[in-house]
Amino acid sequence: MRRSATGLPAPRLTVRDTAAEAIAGIVQRPGRAVLTMLGTVLGVGAFVAVLGLTATGAGQISKQFTVLEDTTVSVEDNGPANNVAAPGTNPAIGFPANADTIADRIGGVAAAGVWWPVTLPDNAGFSASQALSGETSQTISLLAASPGAVNAMGLDLVAGSPLTAYENDTRQHVALIDTTTAAALGISANRLASDPAVFVDGIAYTVIGVYSSAQRVVSDESAMLIPERTALADYGNPQPGIGGEEEAQMIVATKIGAAQRVAGEIAAAELPTDPKRLVVTSPASPQNLQSEVSSDLNGLFLILALVSLLIGAVGIANTTLVAVLERTEEIGLRRALGARPRHIATQFLAESTALGTLGGLIGTCIGVGTVVIFAATKDWTAILNPVYTLPAPLIGSVVGLLAGLYPALRASRTSPLAALRHA
Amino acid sequence: MAAPVIELSGLTRTYPGSPPVTALRSADLVIEEGGYVAVTGPSGSGKSTLLHLLGLLDAPTSGRYLLDGLDTSQLKDKDRSALRGRRIGFVFQAFHLLPYRTALENVQLAELYNRTPRAGRLPAAVEALQLVGLGHRLDALPVTLSGGESQRVAIARALVNRPSLVLCDEPTGNLDSANAAALMGLLDELNSDGFTIVVITHDLAVAAHARRMIAISDGRLSERAGVSHA
Repeated sequence: MRRSATGLPAPRLTVRDTAAEAIAGIVQRPGRAVLTMLGTVLGVGAFVAVLGLTATGAGQISKQFTVLEDTTVSVEDNGPANNVAAPGTNPAIGFPANADTIADRIGGVAAAGVWWPVTLPDNAGFSASQALSGETSQTISLLAASPGAVNAMGLDLVAGSPLTAYENDTRQHVALIDTTTAAALGISANRLASDPAVFVDGIAYTVIGVYSSAQRVVSDESAMLIPERTALADYGNPQPGIGGEEEAQMIVATKIGAAQRVAGEIAAAELPTDPKRLVVTSPASPQNLQSEVSSDLNGLFLILALVSLLIGAVGIANTTLVAVLERTEEIGLRRALGARPRHIATQFLAESTALGTLGGLIGTCIGVGTVVIFAATKDWTAILNPVYTLPAPLIGSVVGLLAGLYPALRASRTSPLAALRHA
Repeated sequence: MAAPVIELSGLTRTYPGSPPVTALRSADLVIEEGGYVAVTGPSGSGKSTLLHLLGLLDAPTSGRYLLDGLDTSQLKDKDRSALRGRRIGFVFQAFHLLPYRTALENVQLAELYNRTPRAGRLPAAVEALQLVGLGHRLDALPVTLSGGESQRVAIARALVNRPSLVLCDEPTGNLDSANAAALMGLLDELNSDGFTIVVITHDLAVAAHARRMIAISDGRLSERAGVSHA
């Protein structure tokens, strides 16, 4: 204990007493404390909720991505090395004639097949057989597809049946169209039994199936699918070469988790003589995808949270300053009772910090609650990163501490004579 | 003769300004331990200045002020705060009780800054409140206390550290005459118990309770004929 000129120890305010005084200061004016904390509550709550919601949302997005992407492998035909094909194969198509069957033998493949976009003559148009609404639609693309490819595309058929090997092998003039095209051409899905046809550049194709949606390749465009052998007979070979618009490709639907393995094996299986002719694309790692999505969204919302925190800080600073002015007499009294200026400053700083911490705690609870409730209503998995969530109340503390600096300084400069002014 | 608690010699306080105002001129005063002194004077006479100086709330321009034999004019703020917290008990006209704290908590506030061990605070505060006759109202909030009771809580707060000097600033200023008389009776008792009391007042009836009266006028002190209490 330091003795001074007076023989008395210097005045002291212990940490425990400081905490007790700060809590007493808050608890005695609960209504005011709640209003003061509001900004911090909102700021910290927004911070936690934003990070939690974006993480939860991104987790959900990438979950949907991964289910599809993780089961999709595509193979493109790069063209023959010297335009010389292996004996007995079509030089324009890198895939063997029994490509579908070979792919099916690879472990993990659910469905696979060759397809390519067919180039139509410039003035070719689509029209329906029943010349009711022979309207042509320029956005329809004509795709040649093997039965395996049609399966791999994962069509959701509303009527009819998918392509059979028989139809392909015998070069039948049949087609699968999507519901949008069907509607544009005036073909009713209920009337497939009457064998409606679509005329493409004068050639009639009987519609054997109408699909409403697809998982792969034709998921976001209107397309008409015809057997690949029919296409070869009617329109000729696809053009090999990566980046070419009509190169032959193979779409592979794999079982979940098998994509990487299938991607590693398929080129050698399909074209053992020249596997490098086939370029295999396998799905991106789901983790990368997730972090990309989150970082895009987070930036904007974190700025919003920061603004709320700033408002919170101004709120606490304002109220603490008002409290200092309001409690001039109390400060004078404490000085008369032996408090040093630093004790007064400490007390007000502790009060504002405690307010900020409390606000931070409440805000964190609200933020976590928001994320959990939001996720629950959507049947999603709530994702809260403990690295951001656990220290979130401390953000409130820092806000309170910073907000209290100036008021505390003002308080410490209050003269002890203030207590003696006759009220 | 008892040891002096207060020794003023040539104590002067001049407030800067144009022209400078000298509120206290070369005051000389000795108050012994156990003394009971009233300082009277009209407003503007320098009463408040003397109170501020005696309470170590303000520093003199010149002269010496010895409290318990210690020359306070040379002390740093840290030591002045320590002396205030430990050796001086203040009783204010406006009571200055914290409104959201009980009588007991208000009294304990005086033990907060002066290193009173935590375990000793409660018993000392209870004892001080019992001493002023409020042993039954320990947990009362100030709003539920009458003016007389409030001032007695304030006195308990001033006494809890057993100070060398109890400094009262118009202690009855906010009380009606009955409560004022009761309060002065309490101060008389405390003085008989050995507390050194200085009352600063403009009310001669209050001053009459003291054993020694000092008049202040235009910043000068003058001894009045002592009123003896038998």
